[in-house]
Amino acid sequence: MKKLLPLALGIAALATGSIASAGTLDDVRSNDVLKCGVSTGLAGFATPDDTGEWQGLDVDTCRAIAAAVLGDAKKVEFVPLTSKVRFEVLKSGEIDVLSRVTTWTLTRDVGLGLNFAGVNYYDGQGFMVSKDLGVSSAKELDGASVCVQTGTTTELNLSEYFRLNGMTYEPVPVETSTEGRAAYSAGRCDVYTTDASALAAQRTGLTNPGNYVILPEIISKEPLGPVVRHGDDQWFDIVKWSHNAMLNAEELGVTAANAVERSKDANNPAVQKLLGTADAGLGKQLGLSEDWALNIITQVGNYGESFERNVGVKTPLGLERGMNGLWNDGKTGIQYAPPIK
Amino acid sequence: MSEQIREYELGMHPELPPPNRQSGLVKWVMDNLFPSVGSGIITVICLIFLYYVIPPLFNWAFWDSVVFNATSREECYAINDGKGACWAFIYRRWDQFVYGFYPEAERWRVNISFILLAMTLVIVLAEKVRKVKGIMWLVLILPIICAILIPGSELLGLTPVPTNKFGGFMLTLIIGMTGIFVSLPIGIGLALARISSLPIFSVFATLFIEFIRGVPLITLLFIASTLLSYFLPPGTNFDLLVRVLIMVTIFSAAYLAEVIRGGLAAIPRGQYEAADALGLSYWKSMRLVILPQALKISIPGIVSSFIGLFKDTTLVVIIGLLDPLGIGAAAIADIKWTALGYELYVFIAVFFFICCFGMSRYSLYLERKLHTGH
Repeated sequence: MKKLLPLALGIAALATGSIASAGTLDDVRSNDVLKCGVSTGLAGFATPDDTGEWQGLDVDTCRAIAAAVLGDAKKVEFVPLTSKVRFEVLKSGEIDVLSRVTTWTLTRDVGLGLNFAGVNYYDGQGFMVSKDLGVSSAKELDGASVCVQTGTTTELNLSEYFRLNGMTYEPVPVETSTEGRAAYSAGRCDVYTTDASALAAQRTGLTNPGNYVILPEIISKEPLGPVVRHGDDQWFDIVKWSHNAMLNAEELGVTAANAVERSKDANNPAVQKLLGTADAGLGKQLGLSEDWALNIITQVGNYGESFERNVGVKTPLGLERGMNGLWNDGKTGIQYAPPIK
Repeated sequence: MSEQIREYELGMHPELPPPNRQSGLVKWVMDNLFPSVGSGIITVICLIFLYYVIPPLFNWAFWDSVVFNATSREECYAINDGKGACWAFIYRRWDQFVYGFYPEAERWRVNISFILLAMTLVIVLAEKVRKVKGIMWLVLILPIICAILIPGSELLGLTPVPTNKFGGFMLTLIIGMTGIFVSLPIGIGLALARISSLPIFSVFATLFIEFIRGVPLITLLFIASTLLSYFLPPGTNFDLLVRVLIMVTIFSAAYLAEVIRGGLAAIPRGQYEAADALGLSYWKSMRLVILPQALKISIPGIVSSFIGLFKDTTLVVIIGLLDPLGIGAAAIADIKWTALGYELYVFIAVFFFICCFGMSRYSLYLERKLHTGH
């Protein structure tokens, strides 16, 4: 198979007179739409709402890139992907960017030939148990049956954590979060484990959410972010800086509502550079128009706005900023974007 | 006591109704529900079971359910106290369940296609209509019109709609109907090729059939969705739905070929020889003598294949096409509608039951009608 593949590729390329792949940026421009891989449905990160519009934190990342490149945050074609096919679909070039709660790891970054363009959500794996179990720490879970989604890093973390702590567990593999919740509420497992953000979503769906606690231990680092293919540095830069622009905007207090007004503020060079009014030619360096970041902020909002709209404390998910606060919020925030200048 | 007055001639007593125990409801109940002690006990157990299951189920699904006046699960439960089903998400997302993400302004095209499809089905299924001369051509033409209408084309002034906007029941019907309509002729061809005396046909048909049948459908779908792109030159845009349609069709064709080969094998050798003796060419003998008999025998198998194919369309959710199951899973992933799994799966089950039960009843009817008796 390994020998056949390049051969077949060669033949295929010859047969069609070898169409050279233009850069992703050119592809997106000529299609006039950004093809963005998202979850098939994950509360707060990517779900279609009642009118069929996609909503969520990952969706906003897609929209931001579309706003930067095409000037219109609506020009996104969302491609719902399962966790099994996501990397193959990205690598085969069917999507331009993957924004699908994907954990940044060395194997994926290097081994799979991908580039992670930043972290739009710092997550970590946690445990949810029923209060009736009387457990207050994950260290007391010896011998428990654990519902865990297959084919994810979650499974691996779980077995490592239990082994390191000298505990045993009985895995109850589930395929989807819906199946997981059904298995959990039917009592097929004592513990439900997945990323903490997803646990919060799962808890709201249980019959009596108040009866369940999420244990304090977070057993893994799950930095989630947008992913692109190796080999197109310009596109990698665009995705990376689209995300950074949202973070910088929040840090500078630029919001969707005040962005246009702030862009005229001659006293603040940092804001002017971000919003393209400083005549610094930053957009040109990216291969974009000068108002690229202004489009992101006016059409999608800054990172904080996107966070609060999709997963924040006022939403049913009710997630605290926590690690996803800005680095200078004086609390536990670690979201830190390099400056735009 | 006065003397009874006879109202009839002697010996002409009118017929009396049979005694109560030998007629009407009582007899039916005794014969069917309590013919013996054992059956009687089972009947009682079943009645008790139904008494405990049916009323709560009815209450859940109809009486206590909320359909129209809720915009989230919380509102549903505020109305019915969590006792009944919350069908509201299906009502709110009905358009998604039917059309997927097909643009609203263009949905008339899908509606027309639904009507054309219904017409095609009527032509194929209803005997009287089918006898109208030349109408069978419509069966070929109408699906082609649908195939142009739904994706659209610049040439005809229809805004093209990318296939990834397709979803819901529309997607199920597109995949199911394409699979059914296209795989039948291919399946017949493969079956004839496999029993052909020309080795080139029989070897290739056998290889093809055995390869496809030896691989699960989900593998073929993965090949369609991911692997195929590696073999195609970069930049080629080979539509995912088309790839899926091809895979589903050849998968179904391979199974049909074997079902039909079974039918062909059941035709007595004498029929082939009789056709030859009449001087019919190969195609004529197949068309006029062999296939009508073989296909009749194969009906139950063919319909089973079709039903299986129709249900297999739900597998496309794994490669990210949003069929009703995918649309529903996305709906209940929305925090507003979270945890409405029962409602979703009951709804999907009812849809598939109606379609598949319909197909199965039609095949029974067809068998009875074609049963010319031997």
